Amino acid sequence: MLKVVESVQTLYKYRVLIQNLISRELKARYRGTVLGFLWSFINPLLLMIIYTIVFGFIIGPRDPNFGGSPVLYALFLFCGVLPWTWFSSSSIESANILMIQGNLIKKVLFPAEVLPVVVVTSNFIHFLFGLPILLAAKLLIALFVPQAPPFSAWIVLLPLVLFVQFVFSLGFGFLISSLTVHFRDIKDILSNLLTFWFFATPIIYPMSFPAIQNSKLFRTFLSLNPMTHIMGGYHDTLYYGKAPDWLFLGGTLLFALLLFWAGHTVFDRLRDSFPEEV
Amino acid sequence: MYAIDVDNVTRIYQKYSAKHRFQTFKSALLRGDFFRALRPDELVTALDGVNLKIEKGQTFGIIGENGSGKSTLLKVVAGIAKPSSGRVKTQGKVSALIELGAGFHPEITGRENVTINGIMLGLSKKEINQKFDEIVRFAELEEFIDAPVKTYSSGMYMRLGFSVAINVNPEILLIDEVLAVGDAAFVPKCLDRIDDFRRRKKTILFVSHDLPTVSKICDKVAWMKNGKLMMVGEPKRVVDAYLQDVAVKQEEKFEEKSKAVDLEQKFEEERRENRWGDRTVEIKRVRLLSPRGQEKHVFAPEDGMVVEMEVESRVLIKDFVFGIGVFNSQGVACYGTNTQLEDYESVSIKGRGTVACRIERLGLVNGTYYLDVAVHRKDGFPFDYHRNLYSFLVSSTLRDEGVARLAHAWTFSPMIRIRPPAPAGKARAPRAAKKRHAPRKDKKR
Repeated sequence: MLKVVESVQTLYKYRVLIQNLISRELKARYRGTVLGFLWSFINPLLLMIIYTIVFGFIIGPRDPNFGGSPVLYALFLFCGVLPWTWFSSSSIESANILMIQGNLIKKVLFPAEVLPVVVVTSNFIHFLFGLPILLAAKLLIALFVPQAPPFSAWIVLLPLVLFVQFVFSLGFGFLISSLTVHFRDIKDILSNLLTFWFFATPIIYPMSFPAIQNSKLFRTFLSLNPMTHIMGGYHDTLYYGKAPDWLFLGGTLLFALLLFWAGHTVFDRLRDSFPEEV
Repeated sequence: MYAIDVDNVTRIYQKYSAKHRFQTFKSALLRGDFFRALRPDELVTALDGVNLKIEKGQTFGIIGENGSGKSTLLKVVAGIAKPSSGRVKTQGKVSALIELGAGFHPEITGRENVTINGIMLGLSKKEINQKFDEIVRFAELEEFIDAPVKTYSSGMYMRLGFSVAINVNPEILLIDEVLAVGDAAFVPKCLDRIDDFRRRKKTILFVSHDLPTVSKICDKVAWMKNGKLMMVGEPKRVVDAYLQDVAVKQEEKFEEKSKAVDLEQKFEEERRENRWGDRTVEIKRVRLLSPRGQEKHVFAPEDGMVVEMEVESRVLIKDFVFGIGVFNSQGVACYGTNTQLEDYESVSIKGRGTVACRIERLGLVNGTYYLDVAVHRKDGFPFDYHRNLYSFLVSSTLRDEGVARLAHAWTFSPMIRIRPPAPAGKARAPRAAKKRHAPRKDKKR
């Protein structure tokens, strides 16, 4: 445990480096594109439109809570897809980051733990770019759609949910990035796992869906998934405008901290092998 | 207090086979023993109990063949690789020029890369701002600093990388062969900067294959072989010892090669290209010997050489000529002669015997040479002609050029002040003695 504290201190020491690497990452990502940073808004927007058309209009909102309104369902989707994109792209990029930056690890005295942090944080910033669109949509819908859940003060607890997801993503990122150095197969396993994980998390369906509520197996299974409670946090504070489930969110935070510790421990144990393996 | 103290450092690398990798993955998944599974079954020892103490302000060179552990040692000192056992202590900020521009991002500008690279190398943002102009000026990239690095030529890339790294202003500078890629104008500039470091009494650890530069700029040199320190000491002496060792190794290689020639000679068909004649008189075997009669393949320019041919004639022949020819690797005939050209009158040959051609002084410059030997009639009809079947190497620390090393000596009138070359480690005693004699002679005149 002491090592983790030490490591957080190291990360703090390298904050200028992290900060610069993140800004480099963000600058480099859309360098050469015409729309530049606008893509950070456009990407989630396009994704949202597709989801709305497919799940809102073609398939139709199946849960009675949406009252058959495609717009409400689209908002619900948006609340889940946006943070999920942050998590999934963080994880996929983490799996590759040590190999991509192999030159740094091999040739320069470079604190490798900085890299997953940069990945998770720069994706977090992308997520933040999309957040105003989400909030604006929420505000408009709360004002103009009759049966919409109201805009409530619980939204101030959103940063807490972000924090839980941040710690969780970071822990997962440490674990994935260091293991992939030795087992390259993880990259491919991970992309499949994330698809499965996406559907095993209440993102395109709410927890209150009858088929889930009626099956103990489904409920238990979904409750064991930490992302369920993180998404629950987003849905509660943003969509429903109510207090988050303290017990589950707190438990998930504990689990995220545990994962951070475990991920970091694995990372630290494997660290010395990076220069020769990446 | 030493600037760099390498204490009994061993570094073992792991070698994984694809199969083993699969097994580790499987066992890691099945049994969950991630750490135990990573234990390798094959090991490579890159550093083997290395002890090295480098004083502050010294310029220290490391030489050795490829794969002898030089770069690993540098990485261990830099802290990039951890020693498997032993300890490394360094005093002061270390900057490693192991790969220039490592970590440059191609998409962003030179300016942004300088900032990030500087931070990676341990500068603060303020320091970078202070040194920024100096960095750009040294790299001669004023015009291009706001262009993305991907548009740079490899030379520009390298210059910027060197410029950032050298401006980190470390107490200890580690240099790994990076100067080899610079252009004619930039390398002297880098060497100047390194000289500047020496004057300011900073410690430099310098890995290079460029032996003349090593002997020139280093105060002390270490020679590494197979992960071990073979020798540490005065540059010229260590470089000579290293070259000697390389020569011995080359000798072994040539010996193997010549053995192969002996064996191959059974397969006449394959060698028809390089051997012709009706074999009435046959050259059975050719040996290269030192004047003392030892078989040898690597010679110094001043060495003598004996070419010995074993010949056999089954019938009595009255008209015959023996000849040899020496060619360099470009196929230039360096020297050729035969008994006819030297007015030997052939009388008769029958049965077995040897012919030896004794060369008192080879007088060739460094390089690989090929030998032709032949026996033919006076009118040129070949009995047995061996074309380029034998080779030898001339190897020395001398760097003169051309084909032949002509015996020579320099003299200067007194108004020209010029210092003779520093005496070589081994040759020191006799040369020093000569020097003492020389002025006395002058006085007598």
